[in-house]
Amino acid sequence: MIRPSLILEKRPSPSRFWATTTPVLAVIATMIAGGIMFWALGKDPIESIRTIFWDPLFHETFGPYSRPQLLVKAAPLILIAIGLSLGFRAGVWNIGAEGQYIMGAICGAAVGLAFYPTENILIFPAMILAGAFGGWAWAMIPGLLKTRFGTNEILVSLMLVYVAEAALASVSQGLLQNPDGMGFPGSRNFRDFPAAYNTELITGTGMHWGVVFAFIAVIFAYVLLTRHMLGFHVRLTGQAPRAARFAGVNPTRLVLFCLGISGALAGMAGMFEVSGPAGQVTIDFNSGYGFTAIIVAFLGRLHPIGILLAGLLMALTYIGGELAQLMLGLPAAAIQMFQGMLMFFLLAMDMLTNYRIRFTLKNA
Amino acid sequence: MDLSQINPILLIASLMVAATPILLAAIGEAVVEKAGVLNLGVEGMMITGAVVGFAITVNTDAPALGFVGAAIAGAALSMLFGILTQYLLSNQVATGLGLTLFGLGLSSLIGKPYEGMKVTTLAKMEIPLLSDIPVLGPILFKHDPMIYVSLMIIAGTWYVLKHTRAGLILRGVGENHDAAHALGYKVIRVRLMAIAFGGACAGMGGAYISLVRVPQWVDGMTAGAGWIALAIVVFASWRPWRVLLGAYLFGGITVLQLNLQAAGVPVPVEVLAMSPYVITIVVLVIISLKGNHGAPGALGKIFHATH
Repeated sequence: MIRPSLILEKRPSPSRFWATTTPVLAVIATMIAGGIMFWALGKDPIESIRTIFWDPLFHETFGPYSRPQLLVKAAPLILIAIGLSLGFRAGVWNIGAEGQYIMGAICGAAVGLAFYPTENILIFPAMILAGAFGGWAWAMIPGLLKTRFGTNEILVSLMLVYVAEAALASVSQGLLQNPDGMGFPGSRNFRDFPAAYNTELITGTGMHWGVVFAFIAVIFAYVLLTRHMLGFHVRLTGQAPRAARFAGVNPTRLVLFCLGISGALAGMAGMFEVSGPAGQVTIDFNSGYGFTAIIVAFLGRLHPIGILLAGLLMALTYIGGELAQLMLGLPAAAIQMFQGMLMFFLLAMDMLTNYRIRFTLKNA
Repeated sequence: MDLSQINPILLIASLMVAATPILLAAIGEAVVEKAGVLNLGVEGMMITGAVVGFAITVNTDAPALGFVGAAIAGAALSMLFGILTQYLLSNQVATGLGLTLFGLGLSSLIGKPYEGMKVTTLAKMEIPLLSDIPVLGPILFKHDPMIYVSLMIIAGTWYVLKHTRAGLILRGVGENHDAAHALGYKVIRVRLMAIAFGGACAGMGGAYISLVRVPQWVDGMTAGAGWIALAIVVFASWRPWRVLLGAYLFGGITVLQLNLQAAGVPVPVEVLAMSPYVITIVVLVIISLKGNHGAPGALGKIFHATH
């Protein structure tokens, strides 16, 4: 008997058309599935989707408040995701960016607070360096363990998130606690410390130094990947590790580079967050950007420009989610699920990029 | 500081309670990895199991039903991973991470109305005669049924993997999927079954936290237990009895750490709180020094049959 069947045929090289189309399709599919979820929660699906994706940008009353938030929320996501994407391309799985983000924030804030209340133009740059250093050093732990002993970087970097959270709890009630805070946990507020405050550069846009660095990181990563030998090595190692070895790529140095750069960027993101939008070191100032950035990196196809767009979109779901909480009483967790769904649809549709679907008639 | 407050018998008994969630999740994941699949979604399946088990038990007052529901929820969630990785050939690391993020959101959504509620926990069984033995009695024979179920799962897994044909096929699929496929075994079907088993175990492990260990629903309450389970699988070199050893060692550290906190040892609470994670890292390093012996050959690789 002859019956029709579907077979998957591996493409010789990933389809460029599908690589750019699938993220868009995934977003649409997520909107549909999310709409069904919102409907199941007893909300109007169309209104929910509109509140999340349209109102934060174009609503007459809320737009002016939420538009600046777009850059504020997107900056840390983009900074972290750019770093992660380099590692993911090379098969180095740093999934502990949240920990590096926290350590960067602690180190950056510590340097700033050490100089309180001195006013000096060098304090903020020193904090940026300290933040990058904190994240870099934290990422070097899985890096060195991997290159020296072959320890799995996925598990180590993740375990270090919990260690960093414990450290954060410790410093916000001890070392960095506000001496004038009457015993409340949390550091001094950077708003009262102009030299160290990550201020809004252009009023009403949400543009702060973190946004500037996010854009620089996008350009840097783009140039690195398309124009520089190191970027070529990163791509080569991910696609053909053996060929990379023959081409003279030093795997140890590459692992350390990927982890180091992603740690440093995550650390900077943490520093910019704590000295600006968050304002102070508190037990729970971190809001999971380190994990959401993983979705951003994949949604952006591990490509710098893609990550820029994906970061903005993901920031929009955060702001829209908050708006939907306020307006429609949609639970906060629904947005988290929504983001998780996006990742699933994207991974599912990835198949179209790497495989060709063919109908055939088969003898059964 | 008063270390004499720490009762070694109670310590060992509570160690088993602390270890069981990780034990269940780890043995499930060990089977999944033996079939050649790396599912990093353990944390997500655990927390979903925790919330589903809790919700069912609150509504029915039957913890046993809660565990069954948690197992089904974990398996259902794992099938999402299974379909994506086995049929749609997605990257296992990324899909597993996605599953964890999704599970955390899902659990928090389901769990919102149940925050702060009380739940009927599993009653402890006192095994007649045996539980009267001094020292050993309270340590081994005065537990809730799930502890014995988890031990039976370990023994069963060991037996099936080592001594049955089904176990041989599963290991074959995990070592070399192309060879297993050439021999006519259904690689994808075997893997899906292993993934479902792993999901069910992780779900029950999560429910053990929310129904016995804590017993309450707190958002994000698994706090990395799923990741520690993944580390224990590596520690155990994918062997069931070593999974037991690893989980109990880890449970021991957790319980000791809590007891030391309560006894007022002059060490900052945060240092004690981070100790289980630091120790896991140290153990991983020690294991990797010896090389990862026993890792299934096809672990994490995508299987795509061309014919």
